Amino acid sequence: MPPRVSRRDERHDVAVIGAGVVGCAIARAFALAGLGVALIERGRDILSGASKANSAILHTGFDAIPGSLEAACVRDGHALYRALHAAFGLPLLETGALLVAWTPAELAQLPEIVARARANGVEDARIVAVPDIYRFEPGLAAGALGAVVVPGEAVIDPWSAPLAYALQAVAHGALVLRGVEVTGGQPDAHGWRLATTAGTLRARVVVNCAGLYGDLVEAIARPSPFAIRPRKGQFVVLDKTARRHVRGIVLPVPNERTKGVLVSPTAFGNVIVGPTAEDQEDRRDTSVDGATLEVLRAQGARLVPALADEPVTAAYAGLRPATQVKDFIVEALPERRWITVSGIRSTGLTASLGLADHVASLHAAHFGPLPPRPEPIPVRVPNLAEESPRPWQTPGRGEIVCHCEMVTRAELEAALDGPLPAGDLGGLKRRTRCMLGRCQGFHCTRRVLEIATPRIGGPAALAADPEARR
Amino acid sequence: MTRPVVIVGAGPAGLSAARCLAEAGLRDVRVLERATEPGGLPRSCLHPGWGMLDFGRVWTGPSYARRLAEAAMAAGVEIVTGAAATSIGADGTVGVARSEGHAPVGARAVLIATGIREMSRAARAISGSRPWGVLNTGAFQDMVAAGSPPPFHAPVIVGTEWVAFSALLTARHARIRPVAMIEPGPRILAHRPADLVARHVFGVPVLLRTRLLAIDGAERVEAVRVECGGRVERIACDGVVLSGRFVPDAALARASDIAIDRGTGGPVIDSAWRCGEGAVFAAGNAVRPVEHSGFVAREGRAAAQAILKALAGALPPFAEGLPVEAGGALRYAYPQRLVRDAGGATLHARAATAHDGWLRVLADGRAVHERRVRALPERRLRLDVAAATLRDAAALTVELA
Repeated sequence: MPPRVSRRDERHDVAVIGAGVVGCAIARAFALAGLGVALIERGRDILSGASKANSAILHTGFDAIPGSLEAACVRDGHALYRALHAAFGLPLLETGALLVAWTPAELAQLPEIVARARANGVEDARIVAVPDIYRFEPGLAAGALGAVVVPGEAVIDPWSAPLAYALQAVAHGALVLRGVEVTGGQPDAHGWRLATTAGTLRARVVVNCAGLYGDLVEAIARPSPFAIRPRKGQFVVLDKTARRHVRGIVLPVPNERTKGVLVSPTAFGNVIVGPTAEDQEDRRDTSVDGATLEVLRAQGARLVPALADEPVTAAYAGLRPATQVKDFIVEALPERRWITVSGIRSTGLTASLGLADHVASLHAAHFGPLPPRPEPIPVRVPNLAEESPRPWQTPGRGEIVCHCEMVTRAELEAALDGPLPAGDLGGLKRRTRCMLGRCQGFHCTRRVLEIATPRIGGPAALAADPEARR
Repeated sequence: MTRPVVIVGAGPAGLSAARCLAEAGLRDVRVLERATEPGGLPRSCLHPGWGMLDFGRVWTGPSYARRLAEAAMAAGVEIVTGAAATSIGADGTVGVARSEGHAPVGARAVLIATGIREMSRAARAISGSRPWGVLNTGAFQDMVAAGSPPPFHAPVIVGTEWVAFSALLTARHARIRPVAMIEPGPRILAHRPADLVARHVFGVPVLLRTRLLAIDGAERVEAVRVECGGRVERIACDGVVLSGRFVPDAALARASDIAIDRGTGGPVIDSAWRCGEGAVFAAGNAVRPVEHSGFVAREGRAAAQAILKALAGALPPFAEGLPVEAGGALRYAYPQRLVRDAGGATLHARAATAHDGWLRVLADGRAVHERRVRALPERRLRLDVAAATLRDAAALTVELA
């Protein structure tokens, strides 16, 4: 059933196009301010694009370009996450990061990295010498020449955070339209009439948070001054037993184009190695390459030798919506009643809450002051992180469906219910972690589908359709 | 209460061990099973071929699984389903998560019988997009056995171990016609003439020397790309069955700091099935990838005998055993340590790839046994170690040269 876009005469105060982490945070900010928000997503669930696959790090912004918008939004977003995460029930793993120099040339860059960190307000970043490096990261390979410690770098749950933002937006009246694609739009006397695959949607102001499709959506308002060049990042996820070998985030000295391949714990108790940085034209191609995955694995083992014996749990690839500009592209077009939020790359997860406040202030400056903020309606999301107790540990939890990730039937049912239920199998995995563990669904696929199919239709229903037979 | 024996996993190995212990007069033998039903993987194999070695009859997988559980319960074994072991201490304490709560259970001996699974797509580092429709045989068979809608109708089966032919039987049961079976090697890994049966009885071509390059498809699988004789070809299909390449389900052992053998992927064991000096034992497919259920059940019974000995204080210390290493073209040899008791001992090994050569046992570097073998990767190599070697050697190496 296609979702209802709007009543005949309804006009939303703000239409946010794209329910990635940035769109969810911006929808929340406007909804908290009392505006009527429509959050429009082409995928069957939120986080269907760039936001579903990243390194899950809460950055300090120590390596951002000082004075850039990205630096400001990362700094603000980081602080806001720290302030808000507990109320949302979101995890925060205070791992810190160790940026390691392996060559004399890299070693020579460390003072500059610390100076930039200071310029970005990250006062506690400091250089550590060889014996201390191995106190921070005992499993690190021999041969480190020096390192910068960044204590504030942390690890979060990249899926539950945006879900929490979207849920709070919904609690404050936002309409989340999933499976709806914006195909065009016409300005009218009061703002915009957006053409969508589910009919016309009227809004006073449009915010373009379309991520990988940002330039295409921008073309609705103006010839896009930027072009999205997707940059693929492949990751390998190692077994949870690898976690004991890795205390915090291990970073390389970055180069011009990328922050390089890192090793990091995840909130879910695994260790990830990645990402690659591969420019491509295709906006959907998140394919992985077997040879590249082997290279990543070897790189991980070169940084932390004990990882060589750890099995691979999963592999994934994400696309960052890079543009020709090195900074975020955020601007208000007052005469077009349009706000552009584009080119949000790897730091989007951290920056999202800061970006949302920035966008709200742009709205206030150009489209009228925002009403006084009411008291936020509390929203809590289920805990998926290993650091805190999870439902399987509580008496009366019932059936465990996924034993690798210890996901209960009750958790699956809850994720398929409520104000923003999982829209597809991917959304269910992101909300519960089911099928994402070491057996990758060997044991639990059937049971998960039995529970999920009545709600989301999904792959099993699709395959059962005789018309789908060849 | 400290139980004499807690067994983790109610598959052929665990249930056979439990029954054997109970029949030997041990009371309060408990088997923990995390699934809702006992029986293990045979439960989802609907075709016949189970039970010959342990019951002298041939049944379907579910019938066999039911008989294993019934026989154990008739002997007095308590099977607890919905009980997931979360940790094992060297002292025999097992962390158990049940719906009622999470509590430790003490045991004088714990047997790890957690079985196997097939390697996932990610662990195989397969290229391509990640659409719906890529499943291991286990997940596919589980769906068909439960009467769920089939996940695909025209899959490609990757691999030619026995389980690939089991997938073929399951496909027929579900009225699914696989497009092809593909095998990178020059011959199928299962015994011939399974390939002829596939081709002529099921009408499914078996493509040898054909390597999976990538999986294509947006929402669901649309094709696989394969390399065959230097050419890249595209095979249209709506699913992929990743069969075989079994690995021991050793997560519990790994998480419990039990030593793992790189070759087998399972816990290091001695010939008394012990995982070290403590109270922990392991048997069945949990100790190495895959053997058939009859073999596994026999291992369960052998482990039960060893546990009875251990409980009677009749086993020498683990550390006094003779260490065994695998070398040359062998992927692994086990047990990794041999108890120096009066009789001889038996080792099992497997080659990493097809290999014609000499299988040798070296005692402290000196060959004490050798024979010519034509080894295939999915075939067991058996070696007997003489009592004198067992008594006198400081270290054994088994190699395929």
